Amino acid sequence: MSVATEDPPWARRLLVTLAILLGIAIFLAPLAAIFTEALRRGLAPALEAIAEPDALAAMRLTLLVAAIAVPVNAIGGVAASWAIAKFDFAGKRLLVTLIELPFAVSPVISGLVYVLIFGAQGWFGGWLREHDIQIIFALPGLVLATTFVTFPFVARTLLPLMQEQGREEEEAAATLGAGGLQTFFRVTLPNVKWALLGGILLCNARAMGEFGAVAVVSGHIRGATNTMPLHVEILYNEYMFVGAFAVASLLALLGLVTLGAKALLEYWTARPMGVEA
Amino acid sequence: MSATTALRSGSARRALPGLGLSLGVTLSWLGLIVLIPLAALVIKPWSLGLAGVTAVLMDDRVQAAFRLSFGAALLAAIISLPLGLLFAWVITRYRFPGRRLLDALVDLPFALPTAVAGLALTALFANNGWLGGPLAEAFGWQIAYRPVGVLIALIFVALPFMIRSVEPVLRDLTLEGEEAAATLGATRAQTLRRVVLPALAPALITGFGLGFGRAVGEYGSVIFIAGNMPMSTEIAPLLIVVKLEQYDDAGAAAVGLAMLVLAFVILLALNVLQRRLRRGRA
Amino acid sequence: MTRHPLARRGFLAAASTLAAAPAFGQSAPTLLNVSYDPTREFYRAFNTAFTAHWTGGGQPRPTISTSHGGSGRQARSVIDGLAADVVTLALAYDVDAIAERGYIAPDWQRRLPENSCPYTSTIVLLVRRGNPKAVRDWGDLLKPGVSIITPNPKTSGGARWNYLAFWAWALHEPGGTSATAEQAVTQLFRQVPVLDAGARGSLTTFAQRNQGDVFLSWENEAHLALQEFPQAGLEIIYPSLSILAEPPVAVVDRNVERRGTKALAEAYLQHLYSPEGQQLAARHHYRPRDRAVLAEAGARFPAMELVTIQDAFGGWAEAQRTHFSDGGVFDRIYRPGR
Repeated sequence: MSVATEDPPWARRLLVTLAILLGIAIFLAPLAAIFTEALRRGLAPALEAIAEPDALAAMRLTLLVAAIAVPVNAIGGVAASWAIAKFDFAGKRLLVTLIELPFAVSPVISGLVYVLIFGAQGWFGGWLREHDIQIIFALPGLVLATTFVTFPFVARTLLPLMQEQGREEEEAAATLGAGGLQTFFRVTLPNVKWALLGGILLCNARAMGEFGAVAVVSGHIRGATNTMPLHVEILYNEYMFVGAFAVASLLALLGLVTLGAKALLEYWTARPMGVEA
Repeated sequence: MSATTALRSGSARRALPGLGLSLGVTLSWLGLIVLIPLAALVIKPWSLGLAGVTAVLMDDRVQAAFRLSFGAALLAAIISLPLGLLFAWVITRYRFPGRRLLDALVDLPFALPTAVAGLALTALFANNGWLGGPLAEAFGWQIAYRPVGVLIALIFVALPFMIRSVEPVLRDLTLEGEEAAATLGATRAQTLRRVVLPALAPALITGFGLGFGRAVGEYGSVIFIAGNMPMSTEIAPLLIVVKLEQYDDAGAAAVGLAMLVLAFVILLALNVLQRRLRRGRA
Repeated sequence: MTRHPLARRGFLAAASTLAAAPAFGQSAPTLLNVSYDPTREFYRAFNTAFTAHWTGGGQPRPTISTSHGGSGRQARSVIDGLAADVVTLALAYDVDAIAERGYIAPDWQRRLPENSCPYTSTIVLLVRRGNPKAVRDWGDLLKPGVSIITPNPKTSGGARWNYLAFWAWALHEPGGTSATAEQAVTQLFRQVPVLDAGARGSLTTFAQRNQGDVFLSWENEAHLALQEFPQAGLEIIYPSLSILAEPPVAVVDRNVERRGTKALAEAYLQHLYSPEGQQLAARHHYRPRDRAVLAEAGARFPAMELVTIQDAFGGWAEAQRTHFSDGGVFDRIYRPGR
């Protein structure tokens, strides 16, 4: 039996070596490049670039945008997974497809659509100007574009788990007289809380790192509508390579923290989380 | 929603409340953030008229950008097939020092902002970079600012989708099938080809679709390394930005809509293929 | 649950930002200058100088923000509703595009001296240490084996000036016609390996990534490159003839009226013409209009034969239509990989 279920030692060694080498070249090298370039002139200039007022403003903006976009998608994602996993209704497949749609949409398009709607030449442009409301080139535009791009993350992580868990427990609770919200908070949420957290982590990572969509709707005003990834590009274009890579390192660190937290979650729950099939 | 309706329909499922609320939240969330904005994309191009839209899409430069974006994304997804399989296999089947680290590392492209990835890849693959320098010296290869640079950036974003789609299936795949095959006298190679690979096929297609979908639209990590030459290394999303800069909203929307439709058709085809495979096995 | 307070603070902050947005112009005056790529360093210095000048006159201290990017993209953002008080762009065509949509009065170019162009620049050639390809003038660019870096004329204002400077030179050559100029430009773009979207990305490609032998550059960008990449040993070559690039400035009427920043915006642009503004421009390698300041700068701005876009091309609208619009000369000649 060992012949057919175990790979020969040479193949084992070959595959592991290959995977490690490729892993270093594909994943580790870019990461190392960012940190090396940032520390090219020592730690002080890198820290200076991060502590600069425009960089700090960019960080605050990035956090603020994520703090709005992520909860919106978390609530929507939970509601959608609940509706799809626990009930039968017509058009369910279509609903799932539509929720996944933003994955197939280029980030640039996600920015473009809001320009078409809220731009001064767009559908509501005139009305917005009359009422003195700024959507694009301001916080609401950044939030909308980010929400669009990170739209499916929570739903995509929760849905497979909730479908797998079935409806029995909820139905039991309902039979015992629990209301909808009560059933959700007492029965469903505890069952999916770790997966929910995993989805939120991924959603948040993408929200803080989004570039293409926000580039279209930002207006690039220093200290006002520049998010961190846009600030990286600006520094790069000002030939402040150390600064650009320093801020990039900070973003990469945020990403690494996300990965670490996700790995811990998976370790605790012994269940992989992500955008699975 | 009374007990009688539940009885009449013969189903206890109706007893579960909350459909109205959750579906309401879902639909308004979906409608406001995704559907209404996409409707603008669907409507806008037609201000050019059918002939205008055709003219935009038949333009040489637009065609070249589509060939690059879709060609490179398909190629990246194809290359990710064996690579993703390798990583998923090694991570789930073998125990070796650094396995956990490798497992965490393959998620990096998910967590790394695309602009940061673009900067990093350019720094690596430019003629004076760590990898680009030796490659240029040894083989005379140039990677950055060539279509192959675009391909590398797209593999970077597509690969994790492949790994993470295959990995859970591989983990759940019990050894029983393989053992049975072995008992029947199959060699290891036969077992892999006849038992393991077919079981993985639907997951591979899912990974292929997700990776391809992401790669086609990718912007941030590509524009730094691409060189952005019209007709040669200019990707379709960049063309949208360029058209916007030339005050050509409708043209930009036409390119965007075409990208969306094309990507959707390809993903749909993959979906159908996957369902056939699943049905064939069941 | 731990997310809750954070999320709520986010919503509150968002709401307060929204509420505060229309109130901008009244309390602490703010000014948004939407500019193009190479002016970052100049306007950073000028903003400080202007703030001192403005508060010196007893006015409340204004907050001045700037936004930089490709000139076309920036104009596009203003058209889409970016609340710029003043625009300081690379070419009159882009300001005209904003004016066409009613944001700026059509006669904007007559409202300030010198056609609303407080400083000028020109296009020069930037070569590598020791000028290994012996590039002395535009004609040397067409020698075999010389590879040239310039941004994309479709998206970059600077690249359009590059293109037009070269075209003007080709016309000026003995026997030059628009047919020979088109031929020369076709050859030029065959030798361009990378076409970035903006001037900044292009210079990074040239100086940092070591692509190409010659970089076609704004005069002030070329000087900046010498400062920023001292180890590269780049050298500036002044061609025999180039184009007089006139970057225009304008108050965005519709926005300043709405925000009540008209006086501030006008004073800001006026200050560009003051001796202090002109000196700052000269220090950042823009050619000042003020003759005294220009004389003071002396050899920093070598005398060159400079043709204007009006004389050589009949103005921006004409140049744009002939060369850069979809289906124009540039689209016709630019066919890489064929």
